[in-house]
Amino acid sequence: MAHNDGDDVHAHAHLHHQPQDLPQVLVIRPPLSFSNFQSQYSHKFQFLKAWESPLPLDQFLTTHANSVQAMLSTVSYPVTACVHCLLPSLRLIVTPSAGLNHIDLDECRSRGIRVANAGNLNSEDVADVAVGLLIDLLRKISAADRYVRQGLWASTGDYPLGSKLGGKRVGIVGLGSIGLEVAKRLEAFGCIILYNSRKEKPFVSYPFYSNVVELAANSDALVICCELNDQTRHMINKEVMLALGKKGVLINVGRGVILDEKVMVWCLVQGEIGGAGLDVFENEPDVPKELFALDNVVLSPHQASLTSESSKALCELLVANLEASFSNKPLISPVMND
Amino acid sequence: MESIGVLMPIPMNSYLEQELQKRYNLFKLWTAPQKPQFIKEHADSIRAVVGNASAGADAELIEALPRLEIVSSFSVGVDKIDLAKCREKGIRVTNTPDVLTEDVADLAIGLILAVLRRLCESDRYVRSGKWKKGDYKLTTKFSGKTVGIIGLGRIGMAVAKRAEAFNCPICYYTRTEKSDMKYKYYPSVVELASNCQILVVACPLTEETRHIVNREVMNALGPKGVLINIGRGPHVDEPELVSALIEGRLGGAGLDVYEHEPEVPEELFGLENVVLLPHVGSATVETRKDMADLVLGNLEAHFSNKPLLTPLV
Repeated sequence: MAHNDGDDVHAHAHLHHQPQDLPQVLVIRPPLSFSNFQSQYSHKFQFLKAWESPLPLDQFLTTHANSVQAMLSTVSYPVTACVHCLLPSLRLIVTPSAGLNHIDLDECRSRGIRVANAGNLNSEDVADVAVGLLIDLLRKISAADRYVRQGLWASTGDYPLGSKLGGKRVGIVGLGSIGLEVAKRLEAFGCIILYNSRKEKPFVSYPFYSNVVELAANSDALVICCELNDQTRHMINKEVMLALGKKGVLINVGRGVILDEKVMVWCLVQGEIGGAGLDVFENEPDVPKELFALDNVVLSPHQASLTSESSKALCELLVANLEASFSNKPLISPVMND
Repeated sequence: MESIGVLMPIPMNSYLEQELQKRYNLFKLWTAPQKPQFIKEHADSIRAVVGNASAGADAELIEALPRLEIVSSFSVGVDKIDLAKCREKGIRVTNTPDVLTEDVADLAIGLILAVLRRLCESDRYVRSGKWKKGDYKLTTKFSGKTVGIIGLGRIGMAVAKRAEAFNCPICYYTRTEKSDMKYKYYPSVVELASNCQILVVACPLTEETRHIVNREVMNALGPKGVLINIGRGPHVDEPELVSALIEGRLGGAGLDVYEHEPEVPEELFGLENVVLLPHVGSATVETRKDMADLVLGNLEAHFSNKPLLTPLV
């Protein structure tokens, strides 16, 4: 979705006003907080802002971005093979996210283009929201807050009881940086941690389940922390949800497409699963409206990684990666293609 | 055996009511059209009162029940029971410690996350369709923030343990410094508030702790500070809290308790940096059953002349 910076600058004029010897960074669509980023670093880089141009993208790239070596990407605009074709000089893509599903890594590899992401910078923030959503769901925090604000506590009486966290079996799908932070936090609440991952992790003592359906069958809550790739697309399907069961709850801080959203909505409406806390959706910012009527659902606008603190740190990391690339030094947070 | 009368002032838990009804003669005060009359009528047979956080046994009630032997509270806080009067008359008092410690501590962290990460507010943002028009704003990180705890008893320690899992440095205030404690001690609540970003109230309510969080404390906590009250409403000067929040002198608040429950200051309803819960600290199916069993266990022990399970007096 377009992010309006409020600049009424003529599409070409802003290019002529920038000093010509600054390294160019292509930005097709602005990531969140881009205007801050731009104003802070306009003395270091010349930003080529495709969305501000009246030209269609391919013309803009051919006309202005022929020699651009670096791109600042955003999760909402996939960098496909077609885009690569129009950027013959591209050597680096930086993304302000941990997730890489919007970047064609194979294409980058074959073209010798390096990629840098946010690394583990946002892991704590995302884990905090995953835990917050789980507590909210089980203890009905958002629902009870609504209840109080509607004046119902005084008129109608006590709110229905929630469910205790201690002793609950929490199945973590994807035990990477975020999954490990979630596990560490939930252990302090007395939760029992189980997990599924591509490979079993030798350094953790949590029980490993190679099969997500089995994990779901043995869990009271499933927390999805894995990345989106070909194997995880719609991995959380009907079978998994039915195994999780009528009292089971689902938390998703990964990517919307990891779970089959249509099926999830059906399960929630039918009562086949007990509730869901969702920070991501298949087609953001569209959210299935059936969810709005449910009190056993907590909805979050893809904000798990977005705190003022990590935003500041992220800007610094992105700049460090750009500068490293422009001075032919090793990247700070390179993505290893494995 | 003569039927033992048990008085319950307000409804609190249907499982507890059912079980009390099975074993004793349960008098439900809230169903009486004339309460003083009702009490007079049954005073002869009432030997126990089962109260909770909202209604216990004040001096007046105790005086009206000459055969009262035990007050068993369905709560850990006993500020609604006149303990001095009970001691004076040799009336036993029990509460429900330990079984609810985890739930209350869990809720404290849930409130912190809900306030700092704006979980309730951003849920409203999505449900109202605003997300289609633009992204939600940046929120405030919890991990690593300093958490100050007033009262380091069972609940305070449980809050500390959980906050530590979020890499939060912990500091505290108690009447006297605890020996052998790894957390930093501050000798006054104002100093504690000046040195933390999140302040959690986790002490019992007594004469000394009434309004322990006052204007000075809130100003010290500051425009980026967040107050979490999982204790009792009167711990916090509520009108001062409202003006501190509205004027921006205090950054935010997560409240589970209020001075005059179930009344909640309406000025707070429009604030996005506030989360308001209807006194649900121990409100889970699992814990309320454990609490009820403890009340029943204490009463059974008393009436069979066995040692009480969780006596306070």
